[in-house]
Amino acid sequence: MKKYLTFFTIRFTTRLQYRAAAAAGMATQFAWGFMNILMFSAFYRANPAAFPMGFDQLASYIWLRQALLALLSSWSLDSETLEMVSSGNIGYELCRPVDLYNMWFVKDVATRIAAVTLRCIPIFAVSFFLPKPYNLSLPPNAGTLLLFLLSMVLGFCVIVAYSMLVYIATFYTYSPLGVRWIAISLTEFLSGSLLPLNFLPDGIRRVLELLPFSSMQNVPLRVYSGDIAGQAALWHILLQLFWLAVLVALGQVWMKNALKRVVVQGG
Amino acid sequence: MRLYFKYASIQLRSIMQYKVSFFFTILGQFLTSFGAFLSIYFMFVRFNEVEGFSYSEVLLCTAVVLGAFSLAEIVFRGFDRFPSMIGNGEFDRIMVRPRNEIFQIFASKLELSRAGRLAQAIIIVCYAIPASGVGWTWDKVATLVLMFICGTILFGCLFLVYASFTFFTIEGLEFMNIFTDGGREFGAYPLSIYGKGVLRFMTYVIPMACFQYYPFLYVIGRTDNRFYMIVPLFSLLFFIPAYLFWRFGLKHYKSTGS
Repeated sequence: MKKYLTFFTIRFTTRLQYRAAAAAGMATQFAWGFMNILMFSAFYRANPAAFPMGFDQLASYIWLRQALLALLSSWSLDSETLEMVSSGNIGYELCRPVDLYNMWFVKDVATRIAAVTLRCIPIFAVSFFLPKPYNLSLPPNAGTLLLFLLSMVLGFCVIVAYSMLVYIATFYTYSPLGVRWIAISLTEFLSGSLLPLNFLPDGIRRVLELLPFSSMQNVPLRVYSGDIAGQAALWHILLQLFWLAVLVALGQVWMKNALKRVVVQGG
Repeated sequence: MRLYFKYASIQLRSIMQYKVSFFFTILGQFLTSFGAFLSIYFMFVRFNEVEGFSYSEVLLCTAVVLGAFSLAEIVFRGFDRFPSMIGNGEFDRIMVRPRNEIFQIFASKLELSRAGRLAQAIIIVCYAIPASGVGWTWDKVATLVLMFICGTILFGCLFLVYASFTFFTIEGLEFMNIFTDGGREFGAYPLSIYGKGVLRFMTYVIPMACFQYYPFLYVIGRTDNRFYMIVPLFSLLFFIPAYLFWRFGLKHYKSTGS
């Protein structure tokens, strides 16, 4: 356990050095959230009755997503790990007396947490003080906040477990570009990062909410504003647990198979 | 021009060395922009119209922006690699060659993998042209073509600005993404829906509205003012500050020495 903690600390402190990148990223995330809210408000003006949630709930959804983007997005992958196979550095990784799956998992967790630490606080601060209903509001009660934290941690683990599958796929394709694009394209729409899933027609929404992608963003962000509450929240959290177990098991089996046939590229 | 095709054919042959990855990339690109399209579709299923624009009218706008962006990406995306070019000293080699630097950079990378996005734009155009209910006369077709061409050049200029920033920061600047990727993403809707402030900014600072919004009004018959037909040409003016900024950066360039 201690060695994984060390991996975490090393990676975390290295990534904290990228402050200029974080500032630029923060400005982008803020502008992006702002444009997104303007877009939804245009639709809201067109027909407020057709809105599936309160506008303040939507604003909270968007700001929370923007602040926690580095935790939750499928594209904030660790480029070092992605190029591990094609650059041949995998050779060194295999020499280490640690489980490769666990090590990469910890590294991915550390990279994401470092990125979010640098970015989230200013975004939270600014979006919190925006005029209503465009601001980030507090969750309706303390229970909701606890539920949100639980489902947020689970969602985070699901997305890391999913990223692990992408890393493992590079054992087979060498060049990480293609797999990365496929992985991103699936999650962007299906996890509700383009459009909260409750904006979709009912039938489609019900199916999509069963998929692992919904566990990544859709569930924690909607639990926060109380849009998913009570029994529904518990059901979604159980589903998150289920997908986390499935993705981790899948990743470990796949990694074992991949390591049997790994080719260390020279150069 | 012959030199450009020579560069292009070398690029093509090197991409083909990683076939699976190449096709995955094209497919991934297609699916990503398909997701963006689906979210527009489902918004209109729920709301029917936005600011008086109907679904098929908005699609025209989406297609022009998506098409212009992806064509600009295929041709000009060499600028995307520019940070690494500066980082590893490749740019020093470029400077000593007797050709224009800008030309060499954009010719150094032909992003054919972006074809997935272009394909999407073509499909949307094919659907939107009959569905939008516009009486397609020659002047409207000409306007649409002009929107597309000027849009491509404007996105190209934005990539140039992105690259120029690298002279000062060495690393790529994520902030420009709000104008390039953001322009594509939010330009899918007519820019007026974001309110007057954004529209004004997009007219006078980053003249995206010049090729996207004003001529679009003419095409869908919201205005009869013939002047709006040639408004896309104004977006070309953006080349002047972009180029000056590039020259300015070039003057300040210090090699990283690797």
